[in-house]
Amino acid sequence: MTEQARVRRFEQLAVPHLDAAYNLARWLTRNDADADDVVQEAFLRAFRFLDGFRGGSERAWLLTIVRHTCYSWLQQNRPAEVVAGYDLEAGDLDAASLDPSFRPPLAGPDPEIALLHQADEDLLNEMIAELPPQFREVVILRELEDLSYKEIAEIAAIPIGTVMSRLARARKALQRAWARRRTEEARHGV
Amino acid sequence: MGCDAVAAEVHPYLDDQLEPDRVGRIQEHLRGCAACTQLYERQRAMNSVIRQHAHYYTAPKHLARSIRSNLRTLAEAERPRRRNAWGWFASGAAFASAATLAVSLSLLQPGPRGGGLEQELIAAHVRSLMANHLTDVASSDQHTVKPWFSGKLDMSPPVTDLTAEGYPLVGGRLDYLDQRAVVALVYRHNQHPINLFVWPGDAAATPLLARQGYNLVRWSQGGMTFAAVSDLNPADLQDFQKLIARSAP
Ligand SMILES: [Zn+2]
Repeated sequence: MTEQARVRRFEQLAVPHLDAAYNLARWLTRNDADADDVVQEAFLRAFRFLDGFRGGSERAWLLTIVRHTCYSWLQQNRPAEVVAGYDLEAGDLDAASLDPSFRPPLAGPDPEIALLHQADEDLLNEMIAELPPQFREVVILRELEDLSYKEIAEIAAIPIGTVMSRLARARKALQRAWARRRTEEARHGV
Repeated sequence: MGCDAVAAEVHPYLDDQLEPDRVGRIQEHLRGCAACTQLYERQRAMNSVIRQHAHYYTAPKHLARSIRSNLRTLAEAERPRRRNAWGWFASGAAFASAATLAVSLSLLQPGPRGGGLEQELIAAHVRSLMANHLTDVASSDQHTVKPWFSGKLDMSPPVTDLTAEGYPLVGGRLDYLDQRAVVALVYRHNQHPINLFVWPGDAAATPLLARQGYNLVRWSQGGMTFAAVSDLNPADLQDFQKLIARSAP
């Protein structure tokens, strides 16, 4: 294959997933310019690894490289962010128990659900951005890219069970924080 | 099926990631348990809020253009060496995924060699300029740059600041040649960046050569191989080579 043909093949394969690549990099670096740099570097790496692509999901293949490039970048530039994530592995993001604020069976609709649906995009995005990156990425890959647990496991190089538990902890933490904020706001008539 | 078991599986259930028999058992439990139903409904509401309102960052327009232009420059720089240096890669035997490959990159003996080395050095130089990734550690202080490499590599490169001689040290980074990590020290002379690649092992020296608008010189001393690449004129690059050769062990 000529180099021009390789470039064309790579572009056909990778460029359709540029938004997915940028979205993941932007959520992991939390900064436009850094996401830009990381995606450029990731695409160069991916181009060099093109001969190793064995078919399957192009998007998952590319996101694997983007994610790895993000973590190299974070480790280099903001090592504290990456390390902090591991402390939460078994800690206060625990979702494996029922909601302690359990109330008796409801006669009508759950009022908390109505509150949950009052969206405040800025607040929600802030809350997601504050999750440790290892939790943030599973939320983004699942909810915004609609990837399966298996695909996420491959991209993040973790077992499927870990995908499941991180996703559960992250969502539970978001749901509790979100409900708390909405309830406070409702009480204060915001 | 108890409440704890349902709580543990409510997420894969919501994500449609469970086997059909598990799905049936969860549904059966939910029909008879208000507490679990409440948990499930709240989580379902939260997920839909995330899906609808979490920001999806689409790539800025200029990014696709930059990538296309990067690729063409890189392809141009890498063209003649591909069959040699990367032939093993195409065979794919060792290839698990790009990520595991990248993670497993480590400094191994011997350093890169073979016919494609010059091309690869120039490609690495071009890459460092294009990806806006000249340095991982930016410092003109050799006592900052040198320790940065320890812990990342099992070698300690000689690092000398040559500001007084007109070649200030800019910093250093890890780079990859032939899938091995090597030291890249960055210097500057009259605004021209110079990449000085260093890896362990001896190799026959090559006289200064010019390719694709870049000059390259490579030599070995003290058990290390050095290669300097820059768009600097040949005389200045050889001057730089002499200064490095004099300061290194
Ligand atoms: Zn129950």
